[in-house]
Parts: sequence; structure tokens; C-alpha cells
Amino acid sequence: MADAAIIHVDIVSAEGELYSGPARAVFAAAKLGDLGIYPRHAPLLTELKPGEVRVQPPEGDEQHFFVGGGVLEVQPTKVTILADTALRAKDIDEAAALAAKQRAEEALREKVGHITQAEALAELARAAAQLKLIERLRKLRG
Amino acid sequence: MPGTKEIRSKIASVRSTQKITKAMQMVATSKMRRAQERMRLARPYAQKMLNVIGHLTEANPDYRHPFLTTREARAVGIIVVSTDRGLAGALNANVFRQTLHLMREWEGKGASVSLCLIGTKGLNFFRRLGTPILASLTGLGDKPRVKDLIGTVKVMLDAYREHKIDRLFLLNAQFVNTMTQRPAVQQLLPIEAIDTEALPEHWDYIYEPDAADILDGLLMRYIESQVYRAAVENVASEMAARMVAMKAASDNAGKLITELQLVYNKARQAAITKELSEIVGGAAAV
Repeated sequence: MADAAIIHVDIVSAEGELYSGPARAVFAAAKLGDLGIYPRHAPLLTELKPGEVRVQPPEGDEQHFFVGGGVLEVQPTKVTILADTALRAKDIDEAAALAAKQRAEEALREKVGHITQAEALAELARAAAQLKLIERLRKLRG
Repeated sequence: MPGTKEIRSKIASVRSTQKITKAMQMVATSKMRRAQERMRLARPYAQKMLNVIGHLTEANPDYRHPFLTTREARAVGIIVVSTDRGLAGALNANVFRQTLHLMREWEGKGASVSLCLIGTKGLNFFRRLGTPILASLTGLGDKPRVKDLIGTVKVMLDAYREHKIDRLFLLNAQFVNTMTQRPAVQQLLPIEAIDTEALPEHWDYIYEPDAADILDGLLMRYIESQVYRAAVENVASEMAARMVAMKAASDNAGKLITELQLVYNKARQAAITKELSEIVGGAAAV
């Protein structure tokens, strides 16, 4: 197949690469409607809705990927999808932010005097070190 | 035989401790490899994103996003990434010292400082100081997910948008190699000097729906990906530090066992000699 009929597709997310390779066409669900991208498409930048991305490789079966949204970049010979690994929505993000704030507030309210597991572990480590020192001293003397 | 029994049980206890530290060392080694792999996987995303952001800012010089404009720093936010668990040498202590240093530096310039803490250790350390903590996240585990970080990062981004903070820094233990991890500071906001690839010819994208919205979404995701990278890198550092600490502990336990074994042998020999001389003495008396 001629090179002009092939586009290079990269689907990357923050947690890893989903797909990287040549394709005859790519289909994705953009914010303003579904898109089909063939080689020599005009440069385009758009946001994706959560949904399926389909890649038709030059040989073999069509491949399907699920993206939780993201950004689609099209250049004449290259398609890059910056995929979200998580479902994004304004209210979901908002709720997560609220939870993060609350966690901080709760942690500050908690009594500082109280012994956490970490402190207990530190205490134990100190005791072990002291024991070892005693052992050494005893050996030096006797 | 006085003493020998105690020494023997002491040897047994040191030996079982050594087994635990050895196991922890091996677990840390394999987890470190996986964390390094995840670090590698996260790189292309950030790189591609920077390319697109660079192009966008180049193509729209008149649109200035607040994340890209520097303003006077009256308040500073710091995201501190620490571990959830201990037994990782001086890893967290170094990060905290660097944080305190950064805090003092900005307070010296008359800016107020607020924190965002990722990791139990950081939370336990900084909540004693009385510095305002805007958000916190604990129990991220060995495999941080972007999903878990979104809310925490959003709190800081919102604070920046609302002018509650004018700078945002990210502090985590940088993974240099297995033996070396050092605290690293990165300025997240405003985003400094994006390397725009030299564009061979000037062309622009078709934007759907519009450039400002896309840029906003991209910048937010870029910051998130940076915090994600920091969290993953911190896990790699944690595991490397733990691996080294546990190796040292296993070696020490080995030495201790050898020493105790010597003491035990001596005590045993002394007991035998004593018994013998008693028998000989007894025989002579008869």
C-alpha cells in the first residue's frame, strides 16, 4: 500500500501507551460529533467525549479502545490521541476536590498527641538500635 | 549451661528478623522495577502534550492563559509527595527538609505558604507545623492512578485561579538511580518556558469547539500528568530506598548472628570445661 494512504496513530495516556502504529483510518467520538479521519486530513484539534476509538490497521482486524475523554490532534500524516484514563466530568472532579479538602481538614482536627502506627514503629526501631548498642558494649567489655 | 539457651533464642529471633528484611528487600526490588517501568510509560504522554501546548501558544499569541502568565508572588502553594509507609531510610526526611527550606525561602520574601500533601508521612509531619493544608491524599499505594490525583490537584489549580496562590511548586524524591534519590523541586504554575519545536511552516489547527477551551483542558491535564509522574517517581524512589535500607538491615542481622554464634560457642565450651573439671575434681576426691 502506498505511504500516502497511511497515517501514524499514537494513543497515549498518562499511565501508558495504548496504541502506536500505522492505520488506514481512525474513528473517534469528538465533543461535537463523531469523526472519521483518513490520511491527509486537515490539521485539527478537538476534545473527545468518553467513548470508543476505532483504529483500522493496514492489515488485520479493526482495533477498539475505550478512552475516558481527552484531546485529539490531527496532522496530515499523524494522529495523536491524548487519552484520559479516568472519566472526567465537572461534578465528578468537583466532588473529588471536595474530598481532598475534607481529608486535609480532618487530618488537622485529629489530635496530634495520639500515637500513630508510624510513631510506634519508630519507637520500635529506636529500641532495637539501643539493644544492639548494649550488645556491642557488652562484647567490648567481656 | 547458663546463658547458652538465651543466646540460642536470641540467634533464632535475629534470624527470623533477617528473613523478614530479606523478603522486604526482594519485594522492594521488584516493585521498584515496576515503578520505573510506569515512569517510562508516562513520558510520551507529557511530551506529546507539551508539543501540542507549545503549538497552541505559538499559534495564539494574543490569548494569554492564567497558567502561562507570571504574576507577583504573594502566596505560594507547595505539593509535597511523600510515602505512606516508613522503613525507607532518610527519603522522607530529605524531602521534608527541602520543603521547609523552600517554605522559609518564600516566607523570607514575604509570601504566605500553603501545602498540599500526598502521602501519610507528609501529613503526619506537616500537620504539627500549623501551616495551612489545602488538600491531602493518603493511601495511594504502589500503583498511583491519575484518577485518584485529580481532586487533589484541582484544589490547588482552583486556588491558583482564584488568586489564593500565585505560584505552585511540586516536591518529590527524584529517582536518580538505585543508590541515589534526592528531593527535587519543580515549578508547576505558572508554566515556565515551553520548548516549542521550530515550526517549519506556519499552519494552524481547526479548533473544535475553540482554542481557549482546549488549551485550558490541556494545561490542566498537563499539570495532572506532572503530579502523576511525581507520584510514580516517588514510589520508585521509596522502593529503591527501602531496598537499600533492607539490604543493610539484612547484612547487619547476618553480622549479629555471626557474633552471637561466637558468644554461644564460647559459653558452650566454658560450660563443658566447667563440667569436665568438676568431674575430674570429683574423681580426684574419691
